[in-house]
Amino acid sequence: MKIVVDFDRCQSNALCMSAAPELFEVRDDGFLYVLQEEPGEDQRAVLEAAVRACPTQAISIG
Amino acid sequence: MSVGDSHVVVVGASLAGTRAVEALRHQGFDGRITLIGDEAHQPYDRPPLSKTLLSGKRTADQVRLHPDGDDYASVLDVTMMLGRRACSLDVDAAEITLDRDERVGFDALVIATGSRARHLNHTDHLPNVYVVRTLDDCLRLQAALVAGARVVVVGAGFIGAEVAATAHSLGCHVTVLEAAPVPLERQLGATMGTYCATVHARHGVPLRVGVQVDEIDANGVILAGRERIQADVVVVGVGAVPNTEWLQDSDVAVGDGVLCDAFCRVRGSGAGTLKGIVAAGDVARWTNTLFGEEMRIEHWTNAAEMAEHAATTLLADLNGDSSSLMPFAPVPYFWSDQYDIKIQFLGRSTGHQEVVVVDGSMESGKLVALYRRDNQLIGALGISRVRQLMSYRNLLATGASWEEALTHAAQ
Ligand SMILES: Cc1cc2nc3c(=O)[nH]c(=O)nc-3n(C[C@H](O)[C@H](O)[C@H](O)COP(=O)(O)OP(=O)(O)OC[C@H]3O[C@@H](n4cnc5c(N)ncnc54)[C@H](O)[C@@H]3O)c2cc1C
Ligand code: SF4
Repeated sequence: MKIVVDFDRCQSNALCMSAAPELFEVRDDGFLYVLQEEPGEDQRAVLEAAVRACPTQAISIG
Repeated sequence: MSVGDSHVVVVGASLAGTRAVEALRHQGFDGRITLIGDEAHQPYDRPPLSKTLLSGKRTADQVRLHPDGDDYASVLDVTMMLGRRACSLDVDAAEITLDRDERVGFDALVIATGSRARHLNHTDHLPNVYVVRTLDDCLRLQAALVAGARVVVVGAGFIGAEVAATAHSLGCHVTVLEAAPVPLERQLGATMGTYCATVHARHGVPLRVGVQVDEIDANGVILAGRERIQADVVVVGVGAVPNTEWLQDSDVAVGDGVLCDAFCRVRGSGAGTLKGIVAAGDVARWTNTLFGEEMRIEHWTNAAEMAEHAATTLLADLNGDSSSLMPFAPVPYFWSDQYDIKIQFLGRSTGHQEVVVVDGSMESGKLVALYRRDNQLIGALGISRVRQLMSYRNLLATGASWEEALTHAAQ
């Protein structure tokens, strides 16, 4: 399972981080960092929650 | 009848409606679903309408809610009835009447008809007056926002402020008028409302508060006191009203929104809730037990989350097993992008007695401010302080005390 972020769409409002803090972090530079590019299947549910929380549809699962 | 034989009808094909459909499928519902919406477009997202779509950074195709577009209906196996309006509901007969007098029966119903822009009286016929609620509204306004155009924005709420910022970035000469003495007071309180509104002046956009618009005509607006402001474009951003007229003669309890219980079930005009009917999004008013407060929220995250929750309740009720249901008790959240700042708010400000800036400062333009009611943390405002703000979400979700919040802030 691979996390794909469209950084052109991302507006760094950190809703993904709130839903899945172990996978996403928005740092003080204002950019989103993906903490684990290829999380295990056991993280699918939180990743899907992050996908749904993102208001710009910037995250997809590859 | 098994749940799989049921027919769920969802009225309103925007964020809440489509999220309800998706949640029903994700949760394993394999019966029929019909999604009815009165806009002819494929479902699209509204926040870009005052931001990136209005500025031309995104196209209409790029703001669709489902990039796979037409496949959506087949992937989710949903019958889409777009460009069709629900005109009335008969709860006893479990039937909706659409325009052209077509009837659609249901076993369960999701009400997701959202809200619409409030208009000012007697201005709809004027070609220079605009609201921003739909894709068509936005495209029409976009065509008028040419460099050098004189734009008056009536209303300094979030949408008005965003439109002002976008119009300014396009080279328009913008003036913002607000009737209340303090902009955004209901959402942010007086101190922070006043502070947030200084963003206009910082960008050279005049904001006038406490001014009443008396009249709008082809040349601009006339204020109480007969002062005239010339404008090529007048954008009216004076709030939204819930779309409940179609429920007027039904058994559904309506009062500034569709009234729901804490689980998103729709209340009847008598006592109790209506079997198999839930509501979500801008149209729904419910009691959020986390805050002990009845609310109707007109923001993106609430529509998305409430729709999912309503779908869960609906399936549990259809299955006759509601024992494990949880009330819908989220920490409300919204954001607004204006000029170069990002405003974000978690929780509530209603009835707050104190606001304290705990991080950053007003001078720097970046801050986190906390809202106290009695001894509780009830809200947190962030201005261009994304990560710091989000750290308060858990505190709000667990009903943290004011001391706990201040301790967290000091860390
Ligand atoms: C310009 C703009 C900018 C915004 N920016 C932000 C932002 O930055 N952050 C944020 O948190 N929120 C923002 N919002 C708010 C957010 O978009 C809404 O909260 C969200 O769209 C609510 O979704 P909904 O599905 O409940 O209702 P709506 O989006 O209002 O959808 C309801 C749908 O139902 C249809 N409908 C109504 N009556 C009927 C009927 N009788 N029959 C059939 N169909 C019907 C409507 O036409 C509409 O398509 C913004 C809204 C606007 C307009
Ligand atoms: S929620 Fe979406 S827009 Fe916000 S930071 Fe995450 S990926 Fe970016």
